[in-house]
Amino acid sequence: METLIIILVGVLTAVAIYLVLSRNLIRVILGTAIFSHAVHLLILTMGGLKNGTVPLLGEDATIFVDALPQALILTAIVISFAVTAFVLVLAYRAYQELGTDDLEEMRGADDE
Amino acid sequence: MYLIISAILLPFAAAALIPLIHNRLGRLNIGWLALAIPLSLFAFFVYQIPAISAGETFTETLYWLPSIGIDMTVYLDGLGLIMALLITGVGSLVILYSIYYLSAADSLPHFYAYLMLFMGAMLGVVLSDNLMVLYVFWELTSISSFLLIAFWYHRKNSRAGAQKSLLITVFGGFAMLAGFLMLHTMTGTFSVRQIAVELTQYANHELFYPAMFLVLLGAFTKSAQFPFHIWLPDAMEAPTPVSAYLHSATMVKAGIYLVARFTPIFGGNSAWFWTVTLVGLVTLFWGAFNAIRQTDLKALLAYSTISQLGLIMSLLGLGSAAMQTGITAEAAAVYGLASFAALFHMVNHSTFKGALFMAVGIVDHQVGTRDIRRLGGLMAFLPFTFTIAIIGSASMAGLPFFNGFLSKEMFFTASLEALNMEMFGLGTWGWLVPVIAWAASVLTFVYCAIIVFRTFFGAHKPEKLDKIPVEPPFGMLLPPAILSFLIVAVFFFPNLLGDHLLRPALNGVLPGITGAAPHIKAWHGFNTELWMTVAIVVFGTILFISFRKWKGIYKLFPAGWTFNALYTNSLKGIERASSYLTNSYMTGHLPHYFAYIFSFFVIAAGGTLIWSGALNIDLANDSPLSVYEILLVVVMAMAAVAILFAKSRVSAILLNGVLGFSIAMFFVLFRAPDLALTQLVIETVTTVLFLVCFNYLPDWKKENSPKHVKVRNTIIAITGGLTITLIGLSVNSADLYETISGYFEDSYELAGGRNIVNAILGDFRALDTLLEGLVLFIAGIGVFSLIRLKVRKEPNDNEN
Repeated sequence: METLIIILVGVLTAVAIYLVLSRNLIRVILGTAIFSHAVHLLILTMGGLKNGTVPLLGEDATIFVDALPQALILTAIVISFAVTAFVLVLAYRAYQELGTDDLEEMRGADDE
Repeated sequence: MYLIISAILLPFAAAALIPLIHNRLGRLNIGWLALAIPLSLFAFFVYQIPAISAGETFTETLYWLPSIGIDMTVYLDGLGLIMALLITGVGSLVILYSIYYLSAADSLPHFYAYLMLFMGAMLGVVLSDNLMVLYVFWELTSISSFLLIAFWYHRKNSRAGAQKSLLITVFGGFAMLAGFLMLHTMTGTFSVRQIAVELTQYANHELFYPAMFLVLLGAFTKSAQFPFHIWLPDAMEAPTPVSAYLHSATMVKAGIYLVARFTPIFGGNSAWFWTVTLVGLVTLFWGAFNAIRQTDLKALLAYSTISQLGLIMSLLGLGSAAMQTGITAEAAAVYGLASFAALFHMVNHSTFKGALFMAVGIVDHQVGTRDIRRLGGLMAFLPFTFTIAIIGSASMAGLPFFNGFLSKEMFFTASLEALNMEMFGLGTWGWLVPVIAWAASVLTFVYCAIIVFRTFFGAHKPEKLDKIPVEPPFGMLLPPAILSFLIVAVFFFPNLLGDHLLRPALNGVLPGITGAAPHIKAWHGFNTELWMTVAIVVFGTILFISFRKWKGIYKLFPAGWTFNALYTNSLKGIERASSYLTNSYMTGHLPHYFAYIFSFFVIAAGGTLIWSGALNIDLANDSPLSVYEILLVVVMAMAAVAILFAKSRVSAILLNGVLGFSIAMFFVLFRAPDLALTQLVIETVTTVLFLVCFNYLPDWKKENSPKHVKVRNTIIAITGGLTITLIGLSVNSADLYETISGYFEDSYELAGGRNIVNAILGDFRALDTLLEGLVLFIAGIGVFSLIRLKVRKEPNDNEN
């Protein structure tokens, strides 16, 4: 299971890198969103998968899955949402001001 | 009691305070307050003279980083004391002088803050026993020198001169640091005194010579020794008080001090002897030779300082012979005279060169120029300044009744002694030492004559001057007058200085060698030294009178082949090369920068993984697979790849949604209910946000990059994904550390929560969560202001 998920993480990362390397701003933003998906899966997998029950005490169980990666991911999900929202609005604003979403054309803009 | 450490730190405190209080002083010149610092420190160090001359030394330690042997250990002995007296004594006079020299338009708080910074740093250099602390102070002197040279920073030459001095002295400082570290590697200590004791057993160590030469490089660059002397003439762009203080009396003597301080460590070694002596002699001659051709009085004084520093350096080199093992005590005492002469001349040089700089500063200040082609006949207008200049010049030329005569005679004695030294291969080449010494002294006489005669004698040329010269205020004349008084006083009472200051200082240079400090006498009978001086006066006068006939000799040196040209050209070359390099990759294209980042990641992380042999794939511990999971993985992989080929942005964003919701499913399967809930909410909001934004964004255009760019991006993407996969698999296969999650499983006892994830977020790591909220808040403000902010366009009316 872990091996399969890690390979999936690799595929997601490759797609994300390709999108981030694009010159189209929306593709770059999509790429960062997919990056965070890949990272969340990776962190969860590193803690071991399905080797215990849900980390809730009082469930008549003695072995729980690792709760720490889950806490980390919970934080990461929220932060990545904030970042995605921010760069989306940044893209919107850049398009309003510069009239393009092409990074090549943005180069040399007065704001730089 | 940390009295000496406080003495070092006091100027630093003053440097910090001066900018704060200068506004509250009203019309009082801040210089008067600054003057109190060196005066009180000078009094403090004078108070130490009786104890030090009785042979005592003082040590104070303030622990800083004791675990690695770096402590602020100060060590006050004769050598440190004589330097400290120079620093604070000349410092007091220079500050008094500067109060009258600088105009109200200059930024006085900056000037005095820099000067205090320098004074503290310089005291730190000469009083530190710990090499690392010494190094820090050493570089601080370079920095304060840089700031002071560039004090009139609106002048291009000031900035260039400051840059040059900084580059050269800091280059030497770095070399010296490397040398210090090598000494530490050999001996295991940073204490100068300790190293002096221990280094003798490491004479065959492979680092012994590298350490020696690196330390010397630091000393030579700082003390403007050939071929690093080129920064000192350019440093003359500094205000004259700075030139008098840093660039003749104190900072440039830091290198001299370092060589003196390291003589107990390296003295007696033939490489040390030859390097220090020869570099000193070449500098002595080259400086004097070049001083004569200068037309700017300050540049002339700069070259003469270079020359005099070379003289002192060569004396220290000759004196180091006394440390040789296996020579008799009498021979050691005879050779040690050179070191005594070095210290003596160092003090004398500070007096006469300080006086001369101040006199030249007065001429510049009162007449408006210091170009000797425009000057002449000032004796009638500036009689006091003339007196000071003639005393300083005569002392520098080594004429009787002035202190320079005594130390120059001693220099000749020491150089003649080189003829008798039967070591270091001196037998055949020893005659060079007195010959160079004598020739350079003739040239010294010539440039001293130029200072006096071209400035104060001859015809007055009022048409070439901006101002009618008048004597400056008393306060400006007083400091050089005090120095001139000392010049004469030392000649008549040399042993007051010799017995109380120079003898204990010599003990720091040549420990354990007794009898090297002589009873100084002005009259030695008609010996070789006296005839050498007589010959200097005769030949010097002839050369001075016939200067026009032989000055063509300077044209023999092609202008493109100087060290200055080498410096300028290499600086230009480095600037060109670095701007070419930077422009070649800093293109302004975001995709390029991303490509660098990911390529670097692949090469550094992937390369490390493979080369370090960490790659290790072990599938044994995997948890079992189920059909649903395989299906989900396939769906996600397909959705991800499909995004790359999406024809419209709506399909792309929906495919991204597929990824997000599939991950939520995984969170369910992997026993993470909180994550699944959060992911569902966030993914929904994100998708909606994307769709809303798309309303305002241009259409999804096909990626129209050239083919090779696409191929490059594909390679980077695939290798990047592969690297992540391999790292993930290797980490998953290894079990390096015990998991720490067991701790959190007591969450009910520790935090009162049954949901472990919630307990971590809300209790164990509550501060992190709080700050996460702050991040969200900041992002929210960013989003809001980006949407609402209206950038006011700059009015373009002029163009239309």
